[in-house]
Amino acid sequence: MEEKKEVLRMENIVKVYSNGVMANKGINFSVLAGEIHALSGENGAGKSTLMKIIFGEEQPTSGDIYVNGEKTIISSPQLAISLGIGMVHQHFMLVPSLTVAENVILGVEPRKGLLINRKKAHRQVEEMADKFNMQVSPRARIEDLTVGQKQKVEILKALFRGAKILILDEPTAVLTPQETTELFEELKRLKSNGYTIIFISHKLNEVKELCDRISIIRQGRSMGLYDMKDVTEQDISNLMVGRDVILNIEKKPPEIGDPTIRVKDLNISGENGKTFVNNVSFLLREGEILGIAGVEGNGQSELAESLTGLRKYNSGSIEMCGKEISGCNIKDIRALSVSHIPEDRMTTGVAPALSITENTLSDKISQEKFSKLGIIDKGKIKQYGLEMAKDYQVLCKNPDVRIDSLSGGNIQKAVLARELSSDPKVIIANQPTRGVDVGATEFIRKRLIKMRDNKKSVLLISSDLNEVLGLSDSIIVMHDGQIVAYFPDAGKISELELGKYMLGIEKQSESEIKEACHGQ
Amino acid sequence: MDSNKRIHLIVDMAKLMIAILVSCGLVTAIVLGTSSEPMNAFFSFFIGPFTSFRRIGNIVEAASPLMFTALAVILIFGAGQFSMIAEGAFFIGTLGAMMVATSVPLPTGIHSAVALLVAAAMGATVALIPALLKMKWQVSEVVTSLMLNYIVQFFSIYMVSYYFREVSSSSLASIAFLDTSLLPVIIGGTRIHAGIILAVILCLLIYFLLFRTTFGMKLRIVGNNPKFANYSGIKVTGIMVASQVIAGALAGMGGGAELLGMYTRFKWTSSPGYGWTGIAVALLARNNPLLVPLAALFMGYLNVGANIMARNSDVSSEVVKIIQGVMILMIAAEALLKKWKQRMIVEAAKAETGMKGDVVND
Ligand SMILES: Nc1ncnc2c1ncn2[C@@H]1O[C@H](COP(=O)(O)OP(=O)(O)OP(=O)(O)O)[C@@H](O)[C@H]1O
Ligand SMILES: [Mg+2]
Repeated sequence: MEEKKEVLRMENIVKVYSNGVMANKGINFSVLAGEIHALSGENGAGKSTLMKIIFGEEQPTSGDIYVNGEKTIISSPQLAISLGIGMVHQHFMLVPSLTVAENVILGVEPRKGLLINRKKAHRQVEEMADKFNMQVSPRARIEDLTVGQKQKVEILKALFRGAKILILDEPTAVLTPQETTELFEELKRLKSNGYTIIFISHKLNEVKELCDRISIIRQGRSMGLYDMKDVTEQDISNLMVGRDVILNIEKKPPEIGDPTIRVKDLNISGENGKTFVNNVSFLLREGEILGIAGVEGNGQSELAESLTGLRKYNSGSIEMCGKEISGCNIKDIRALSVSHIPEDRMTTGVAPALSITENTLSDKISQEKFSKLGIIDKGKIKQYGLEMAKDYQVLCKNPDVRIDSLSGGNIQKAVLARELSSDPKVIIANQPTRGVDVGATEFIRKRLIKMRDNKKSVLLISSDLNEVLGLSDSIIVMHDGQIVAYFPDAGKISELELGKYMLGIEKQSESEIKEACHGQ
Repeated sequence: MDSNKRIHLIVDMAKLMIAILVSCGLVTAIVLGTSSEPMNAFFSFFIGPFTSFRRIGNIVEAASPLMFTALAVILIFGAGQFSMIAEGAFFIGTLGAMMVATSVPLPTGIHSAVALLVAAAMGATVALIPALLKMKWQVSEVVTSLMLNYIVQFFSIYMVSYYFREVSSSSLASIAFLDTSLLPVIIGGTRIHAGIILAVILCLLIYFLLFRTTFGMKLRIVGNNPKFANYSGIKVTGIMVASQVIAGALAGMGGGAELLGMYTRFKWTSSPGYGWTGIAVALLARNNPLLVPLAALFMGYLNVGANIMARNSDVSSEVVKIIQGVMILMIAAEALLKKWKQRMIVEAAKAETGMKGDVVND
C-alpha cells in the first residue's frame, strides 16, 4: 500500500471561548488523504469546537493548522470551502423558509445574467441527490422536512460546494438504521473516490464499522490516535470516559397498571391536506415503556405533537390520564403530569439565550415551590439549577451560563433534566438520547427504566433500534402514518424483523394490530 | 463575581468610555469644521450644561421622559416584538393628561395622580392596537405601530386645536392646566419635578418585573424563543400583548408626567420624538432597566449641551443627532475591543486550568 498523504494536521490547538471555557487544551490531530477518520469523546470534550476551528468558524486561541502540508490560517468558512473543506454541523444551519434547492445553492447559485437560474439549480440539485442516493425533493421547503431529510440537505450542501475533506459532526444521530446504512455506503464510495471524511458519532458500533482510524479526546486533551483494528468498542469508551460503560440494559419484567394514554381512531393531517397519522389506536399503561419504531417522517413526531397539545388533530380521540384532551391547551396537558422530550432540541427544546437554570424551569416557574404571587424565589431557583446540572451531569461552568454555550449533548441533558424532574406520570420521549455520549446514554436509559418501575408510563419514539429494542416493553411500528405492527413483548423480536415492518415490506393482520388496544 | 463577569463589565465600561470619547472627538471635528468661534461652541457644548444649577437641572429634566420611553422599549423588544409604539403612546399620554388637567377639577395630588393614570390608560390602549392586529391577523406590528404614531399625533393636535384651544393665544396652546394638576418641583431653583422620582421608581419596578417575577421570566422566554415558550405551556400571545400594553402604559404615563411637570399648557405642534430617543437610550442601557437612568442622563446632557451651543454659537443643535447615531453604532458594535477582551478571558481561563506560557496569537 502506498504511503498516504497527510491532508490536515493540527498542532497544539488551544481554544478559549469568550465565556472563559477552555474547550481545547492543546490538541494534536492529523488526517490522511482518503481515510475516514473518527473523532470521539464525551459530551463537551471539545469535538465540535475542534471541527469549527478547521472550518474557520472559530479561531484557535493558539496552535497551528497545516492543510496539505502548508501552514494555513483558516480565517473564515469561505476560506475553508475554497480549501475544499466542508462541514455538516451538529445543529442544522439551513434557512427554514427556503426550499431544499435554494439552501443547497445558497451563495454559489448558478446564474443566468443577474438572475438565479432556478431550473438549472433544481436540475443540479436533483442530479446530485440522485448520485448520492439521497431522496429529497429540491422544491420542498426546509421547514416541512423531517430531521432526517434536513440532514441529507446539509450533506448535499457541503458536497455541492466542492468539499474534498468532509466533516460530519454527528450525522447519524438523526438517522434511522436504514438511512445510516445508506449513508455509510455513500461515505465509503466517497472514500474510494479520494474524499477524506472526518466522522463524529457517539454510536461506537458505527464508528467501529465505518472508520479507518480514530482520534480520542477527553476534556479537551488528546487521548491518542489508533488504528481502528487495534481497538475494541470497550477500549474506545474506556479511553473516552475513563471507566467501563455497560451498554446492555438490564430491567425486570414490567408491572402493568391502568391505562394512561388511550388513543382511538386518531387522524392527523397537515394544512396542505397531507395525512400524517391515519386511524391510529393504541393504549399506553402504567409501568410500561411503549416503543414507537419507524423510519423518521412516518407520523411519529406528529403523533407526539398531538399528544402534547402542540398540534391539533382532525378526528378520533386522545385520552390522557383519563381526560379527553381535545379542548386542552399545552399548559392543561402539562398539568396532567405529561412531559415531552421534543425531537429537535434547538428549535423547541430551549431558549438559547437564557441560562441553564431558566431553561430547566420554563415549565414550572409558576409552581409554589419556585414563586409566590408571581414573585420568584431566587434562592430556590439557584439551588434548583445547581441540582439539575449535578443530577443530570450537565457539563458547564455554572448553571447561570447561557444554554447555547453548552455542547450539543449537554443541551440535551438539560432538556431531559427539565422534563424528567417534574415528576411526570407520562413521559413522551422523542429521541431522548440523541447526541448524548455513551456514559450519559446509559444514565438516561437507567433513569427511564427506573421511572417505569415506579409505575410511570413512557412513550418512547426513537429511530435508534438498539434503544427501542433495549428499552421498550412492547413496540408499535409505524409506517406511512399507520400502525403496521404491534409486538406485546419487545424481547421477542429481532432488529431485522422490525426493519421489515418499518420499511413497509410487511404488515400484520388487523387483529394483531388491534392487540395494541388491549381489547378496549 | 467570577472572573468572566468582571471582564465583561470592564469591557462594557471601556466601550462606553470610548464611545463617549469618540463622540466628543466628533463634536470637536464638526465644530472646528463649521464654526467661526470654535472655542465658544466647545465651551457651550461640553461645559455649558454644568455652568449653572439651573442647567444641571435641565439635564435631569431632559432625562425624565426618556426614562419612561426607554423602559417601554425594553419591555416591547424584550418580548421579541418590534412595535415602535412608545412614540405614539407617549404623545397620546400627553393628550390624556391635558384633558384631565384642564377639565376635571380634583384636589391637589389626586388630580395629578388621576391625570397620570388616564395618560397611562390611553398609552396602553394605543399600544394594544398593533398587538391585537398582530394576534388576530398576523399584521406586522412594525408597520401598524409606525402608522398609528402618525394618527395619534394628528389626532392629539386636532383635539387640542378644536376642543381645548386657548382662543386668546395666537399660537397653538391649550387652555391652562388647573393648578391642582401640576407635578410639584422637588428641587428649588430648577424645574426638576416629581416625574423624575416616578421614573426612577419605575426603573426599579421594571427591573424587578423582568428578573424577579414569573411574568418577567416568561416574557424573556417568549422574546428569546416563542416556539419553546409555547411548548413549555406559556401563553405566548398573552405575554406578547401584555408586554406591549404595559409598555404603552409606561410611555403614556411618561407623556403625562412630562406635560404636568414641565408645562402649564399643551403647546406641541408635533410630537417631541421621545419615543425614538427612547430606543437609543434602551440600547445605551443594554436593555437593563437599572442602567436606564444613567443612559437617559447622558442623553439629556447631550441634548442640553447642544441647545446651549445652538443658542450661544453658530453651530446648530442637530449635531446631537449625529452624535447619538455614532454612539449607538459604537456601542452596538460587538467587534470593538474584542481582542482585548478575549486576551483577558484567555489569561483568566489559563490561570484556572493551571496552564502556563504565552500562547496568544490571533
Ligand atoms: N459558543 C460557545 N461559547 C462558550 N462555550 C462553548 C461554546 N461552544 C462550546 N462551548 C463549550 O466548550 C466545550 C466543548 O464543547 P463542544 O461543543 O466542542 O463539545 P463536543 O465534544 O462537540 O460535545 P457533544 O458531544 O456534546 O457535541 C463545552 O464545555 C462547551 O460548554
Ligand atoms: Mg458537538
